[in-house]
Amino acid sequence: MNTLPLKVRKELDDYFTQHRASEEKKKEILDIVKTLYAKSSYDPEEPVGVVAAQSLSEPATQMTMRTYHFAGTAGIQVTLGLPRMLEIFDARREPRTPTMSVYMEKDHQSIESVRKIASSVREVKAKDVIISTTTDLTEVQIRCKLDMKKLAGLDMDPQKVSKCIRLRNTETLVEGDYLIVRPKKVDLKNLHKLKYSLLESHIKGIRGISQVVVTKEGGEWIITTLGSNLKKVYEIEGVDYTRTVGNNMFEVLDVLGVEAARNVIIKQAKYTMEEQGLGVDVRYIMLLADLMTVRGNIRAIGRYGISGQKASVLVRASFEETKKHLTNAAIRGEKDDMKGTIENIMMNQVAPIGTGAFTLIGRIPGLAGKREKKEKPRRAAKPKKTKKPKKPAKPKKTKPKKAKKPRKKK
Amino acid sequence: MIMVSKISEITFGVISPQTVKSLARVRVVSSDLYDADGYPVEGGVMDPRLGVIDPGLHCRTCGGGIGECMGHFGYLELAKPIVHVLYTKTIYQLLRMVCKKCGRILIVPPEGQEKKPRKKKSSEKTIPSRCPHCKAQQKKITFVKPYTFYQDKDELNSETIRERFEKIPDKDLRKIGFRGGRPEWLIVTLFPIPPVTVRPSITLESGERSEDDLTHKLVDVVRINQSLKENIDIGAPEFILNDLWELVQYHISTYFDNELTGIPLARHRSGRPLKGLIQRLKAKEGRIRGNLLGKRVNFSARTVISPDPKISINEVGVPEIVARELTIPEYVTPLNTKYVKDLFKLDKINYVVRADGRRIKVTIENKKELMSNMGPDWIAERQLQDGDIVLFNRQPSLHRISIMAHRVRIMPYKTFRMNPSVCPPYNADFDGDEMNLHVLQTQEARTEATFLMDVKHNIISPKFGGPIIGLDLDQISGVYLLTMKETVLSKEETAQLLSDAGIDIDLPDREKFTGKEIFSFLLPKELNIEFKAHACRNCDTCEKQNCPYDCWVTIDRGILKRGVVDKVGVGAEKGKIIGRLHRLVDNDNIKDFIDNYGRLGTAFLMKRGFSLGISDLDLPDGAHKTIREEIDKAEKESHKLINQYNKKELTILPGMTPEESLEAQIMNVLASGVSRVGDIVSENIKKNDIYFMSSAGAKGSLINTTQMAAVVGQETILGKRIKRGYLNRTLPHIKPYDLSPRSHGFVSRGFKDGLRPFELFWNIMNGREGLMDKSLRTRKSGYMQRRLVNALQDLKVNHDGSIRNAHNQIVQFTAGEDMIDPSKSDWGNLDWREFIEAQAVKI
Repeated sequence: MNTLPLKVRKELDDYFTQHRASEEKKKEILDIVKTLYAKSSYDPEEPVGVVAAQSLSEPATQMTMRTYHFAGTAGIQVTLGLPRMLEIFDARREPRTPTMSVYMEKDHQSIESVRKIASSVREVKAKDVIISTTTDLTEVQIRCKLDMKKLAGLDMDPQKVSKCIRLRNTETLVEGDYLIVRPKKVDLKNLHKLKYSLLESHIKGIRGISQVVVTKEGGEWIITTLGSNLKKVYEIEGVDYTRTVGNNMFEVLDVLGVEAARNVIIKQAKYTMEEQGLGVDVRYIMLLADLMTVRGNIRAIGRYGISGQKASVLVRASFEETKKHLTNAAIRGEKDDMKGTIENIMMNQVAPIGTGAFTLIGRIPGLAGKREKKEKPRRAAKPKKTKKPKKPAKPKKTKPKKAKKPRKKK
Repeated sequence: MIMVSKISEITFGVISPQTVKSLARVRVVSSDLYDADGYPVEGGVMDPRLGVIDPGLHCRTCGGGIGECMGHFGYLELAKPIVHVLYTKTIYQLLRMVCKKCGRILIVPPEGQEKKPRKKKSSEKTIPSRCPHCKAQQKKITFVKPYTFYQDKDELNSETIRERFEKIPDKDLRKIGFRGGRPEWLIVTLFPIPPVTVRPSITLESGERSEDDLTHKLVDVVRINQSLKENIDIGAPEFILNDLWELVQYHISTYFDNELTGIPLARHRSGRPLKGLIQRLKAKEGRIRGNLLGKRVNFSARTVISPDPKISINEVGVPEIVARELTIPEYVTPLNTKYVKDLFKLDKINYVVRADGRRIKVTIENKKELMSNMGPDWIAERQLQDGDIVLFNRQPSLHRISIMAHRVRIMPYKTFRMNPSVCPPYNADFDGDEMNLHVLQTQEARTEATFLMDVKHNIISPKFGGPIIGLDLDQISGVYLLTMKETVLSKEETAQLLSDAGIDIDLPDREKFTGKEIFSFLLPKELNIEFKAHACRNCDTCEKQNCPYDCWVTIDRGILKRGVVDKVGVGAEKGKIIGRLHRLVDNDNIKDFIDNYGRLGTAFLMKRGFSLGISDLDLPDGAHKTIREEIDKAEKESHKLINQYNKKELTILPGMTPEESLEAQIMNVLASGVSRVGDIVSENIKKNDIYFMSSAGAKGSLINTTQMAAVVGQETILGKRIKRGYLNRTLPHIKPYDLSPRSHGFVSRGFKDGLRPFELFWNIMNGREGLMDKSLRTRKSGYMQRRLVNALQDLKVNHDGSIRNAHNQIVQFTAGEDMIDPSKSDWGNLDWREFIEAQAVKI
């Protein structure tokens, strides 16, 4: 029973207790399941890598390029389909649409508290609370009319807003509903630029989170965000940091470590495939994620990641940047030990994978000798072209003995 | 195959002048190729001692003929050393890190504990201004692409670079990881001339010789080098020498790589850029990818494919002309001499290979003679026969199941015939697709094909652990119609049907048979399964066994109790019955199952008849009316939204601009209108063949029916309503700022009624987008596949169950974390419970 996978073991236990199986029955069933498992197991030397690669990329040809818009659904538009798949495999630092699913702790499940957290998470920029701006060239300052209603909703007042605006070499004043920003030096040229940096400045919430949607999922309220910042979100009270993750694997790598990053890769790739209605066995996605993360960081699929770090010169040269890899190999005096598939195919040899990995040689008495005969007399016979028909008959008896001798010495 | 020796290791390195000389058989001195009589000049680039390329001649060095002599190198003594362009980066790095006077690396040898914490500084500052060994002042080295170096502002010539490199001690080289040779070898002094066999010249029809690109380049190198040498000898002024030196540098550089930045491409007389050595190796058609990893083959054939539902899924119909051309070697032994001689008599031997290795084509004249001379150790190449195993492939080969082994079945006409059930793995259809066929030449290959690649062993796809091969299209329609409640056949009809399908069983003596009974005839007795059919209408409450539409399939001990068998039961990719069957019976039986049911379905469909016409899409007048009302309602609603938008009263959706909210809401309103129309269509459409086809999952869906019969719906570009075209409008016929559905791609009619001109235009726009998307996607995913395969290709399951790469680095400790091979699983799981139940183990 120990050899069976955990899931099957649990299922069997449940089955036995449910049916109150006798020890004999248990053994009988176990034996059947074990043989079934043995039949369903991988054979040694199975080239899983290629199978995984093909299983993942063949359905990709059926994926859509555009990210579908679900009309009317108030959700967050995430990159999906082939572009997202490429994003995952390329291990891009920042996904095109970073998101987080924020889960709540048990005592913060009510809509009110979830809404409150949601609004505190969302980034408010100056432009969100400013109705209009005027660039006052005579006074060299920028006058902004604040949206008092919005401010009240955000639990803010003009004074607080002015404190949030920290622009270099400027001073910020409050004049009733107006916010006045004035550079310390008279600088007409950059006044316009200053306006834009003013509008972009951070007022409230978590940087980078531009949209928040509260939805019900599996009986509880969750917050889905556009933009991610795990560290800050984890600090908020009421957030269940054991379940909250994003789709940015590098951020997860930073905050939670490789194992978590591996899980993000699996989860994201699986979700992307399933969203497109493509069923692929998870094991292949897991293998890919494992390969990407074995070294403790995330490596991309491609020339700057896994393929560029292969040990074999010939494999690297055959993939991309042939020139670079060959010249560098020459300078470093690199060795290729011909253990991989590609190298052996290049040299017209049997590659040590699948059925090619086995070197069992059956020698049928007499036959092995005969084969060598075939090779040798042919070569020897060539210079003497005239005597061909008679020659092959004679060496037949003598050659096998000769051929065996050198082997024994070895 | 006897492997004489095996390459077990390849070491890369920089070639030394000594090696160049020792490899060479010819010292090249002349830039002439042929003399006045057309014979190659000795000491020229085409010297006959460099190898043979002309048939009938023998090599002057080794005496071998064409194919035997691999060619021999020559060498050219360069008048002045030349920088090797491919190594300029290394040369630059070495020049900067090495003392110009003593040749030591410019770092202090670590003395005991005196290790200072590392500081990150710019690379400029890490190079000390004085040599820590000899205290010589260092100068700044700059590198100008592609091959010029400056020390401060003076150009460094390759002679001085070489001298400097000679001073670098070996121990210092080892420290910096330079293990491929000596750095001075990066400056070329003896230039190797490759054998003529790598740059063969072609004789044109006119008798003129056309030389290879490399030969042209070599001629340039030798010529300029010669004139440089002469100029040195006569003591020409320095600027002339420098010019010539530079020219030699240029020619040698472009000989290596003709895609260097910063210098003009070396061109052929016709203006075509010449191919350098790097260009020969690089990219898809280069030596590595084009010739070493992929090869052209013999013993293959290619034609159009066409369907034949009567042959087995692991057979392929091979046209007679193809079969006569392709051969399989038959090794003559005393045991099969008679067999081979019989083949001879039937003219089924195309070639014989005599014991001495000579290959002779069999003709009517020499047939008898060859037959009587034939003895053991001869090889007779016989024509393809029924039952031979061959590989069948359709490109693009995205899968391992894009190449499978089939059994040959020789047939008349000129196309390859295949069972339509094997279309899914190849992704083939019969609209003009062509496929390739390869005949295996060795017994080892045939054995592997038989046991690993045969179609019957690849029914379960490794992709998701379900059947990739199953019934398709008409086969599904047939089985669906057969298993419908209404189907009852008389004894005679049943016998006729089974006979048409080629199914040979003992019919029970009964007057009538229901379709379900006929279907059950061939089911194995261990089969128990229950599932929802494709025809399931997703009712609000499922009544399971008592489904009014007969969509709950129950098979009990090999008898179809209830339900219709369709795509979910027996189709490719879904096929629950096939998926379960692979646990219960062996692969041969699954193959027979698919063969038999495919034929049964086809036979029944032919008996019943199956067709569709325009009138099948007719809807009752009342339905038409309600459909129009629904559409009008949806359009009115969207106009209401537009009015609200114009009055700025529209509800704005979170995170959207007013425009986006409007678009989203209009799309939503129209989409729900269309889906209501879909419901009306599905209620009112006649239960005809179109309906059967889509509910069985054979082809088409309700959406297709709705689009044909009632309304096409919204056409989109990039997932949005059509917005492009003119300023503020899509077409000149439309008023600017018109936001109505009709002017933004909403097609309010069905294909049967016909589209209005605008609507047709929207439809075509959408169609074009689809085409562009498809071509873009295939390219992107093709490259993705190449990268994925390259990254994962050396991973394999080891004998301890771990997954490791070629260098024994572990990626997973247990393959797939549970050792279950998806291609041997039940949709990725181990369905032990069902297996036990099928075995009738009672608890």
